[in-house]
Amino acid sequence: MADGTRGKGNRKEPPDDEAALSARLQRLGKRLAQANRPSENGSGPRQTADLSAIARGFRLSTELVAGVLVGAAIGWLLDRWLGISPWGLIVFLLLGFAAGVLNVMRAAGILRDRHLNDQ
Amino acid sequence: MIMAVDPIEQFQIEKLFPVVKIGGTEIVFTNSAAFMLAAVLGLTIFLVGATARRGLVPSRLQSAAEISYEFVASTVRSTAGSEGMKFFPFVFSIFMFVLTLNMIGLIPYSFTVTSHIIVTAALALTVFFTVLIYGFIRNGLHFFNLFVPKGVPIYILPLIVAIEILSFVSRPISHSVRLFANMLAGHITLQVFASFIILLGTGLGVVGWIGGVLPFLMVVLLFALETLVAFLQAYVFAILTCIYLNDAIHPGH
Repeated sequence: MADGTRGKGNRKEPPDDEAALSARLQRLGKRLAQANRPSENGSGPRQTADLSAIARGFRLSTELVAGVLVGAAIGWLLDRWLGISPWGLIVFLLLGFAAGVLNVMRAAGILRDRHLNDQ
Repeated sequence: MIMAVDPIEQFQIEKLFPVVKIGGTEIVFTNSAAFMLAAVLGLTIFLVGATARRGLVPSRLQSAAEISYEFVASTVRSTAGSEGMKFFPFVFSIFMFVLTLNMIGLIPYSFTVTSHIIVTAALALTVFFTVLIYGFIRNGLHFFNLFVPKGVPIYILPLIVAIEILSFVSRPISHSVRLFANMLAGHITLQVFASFIILLGTGLGVVGWIGGVLPFLMVVLLFALETLVAFLQAYVFAILTCIYLNDAIHPGH
């Protein structure tokens, strides 16, 4: 909006302003396309956004619990096989908790923003 | 006089007749297997019947089949891209199978196959191994890019990779538990509220039967909710399958 009014004020160099404006529009279009791509390509949040709140909450809680459970199971097995009790359980429980949090963030669509910044 | 209703009883596996005996293990045709067979047969009849006479103006059966096709196809396309369409038969089978089992389970006195974790876990593990095997076949070692996010400093990378692998391994658990727990909890809730009506009626006589209207209303509302959940969970199961397949097709995007 601001660009448009400025363009009208400085009538002396309309080609320059118009070129700049169209360049900016193009850039904006590109960025919009980029911003929209991940959600179409699917990391879930767009699709799950219209689910009922219970289903959503339940999904997030199972994601967290699954991560912790897998970490605990792997840690416990490593303890038994390698005889390093209790270090396997301690380390992998913490890693599993981190994985669970990662799962939840993915499921909630928070991590999608990172993809945008990377691109 | 008052019969307590056991809400777990509906999930009892019953042996119908033995099929074959391998070693010491007897393989028995159970009520669970019977309902799965019924679902598969019903689906086959529905889809074959719907496509037998293909009209330009579809019949009711044909448009039902077309709607289910379009629904799953658009889900697959939007989540896994057009390349994911090669998995369309897989996703469609899973979606229709789970949806039919969920819906059959809502019929009173029937058996809900998806309320057994062994069934949902088998489905989720099938998806998991499909992703794993297809990912390696298609991408070779590039499949490991899935575990290595871009732009992570090297000194923190081992930790991140370990967390990503754990997150990947935890998928079949959350995938199967979600469907199983939703169905189990829903059916237990229905049974408990329905048993309130019986308990009130047999315990308090006429007053109880009048009071039983309240839990009856609750059952009606819960049944509507359960119908929604039955569809929703089948949809969620299918869409998560698509998301996981998308990782096999485009790792490290």
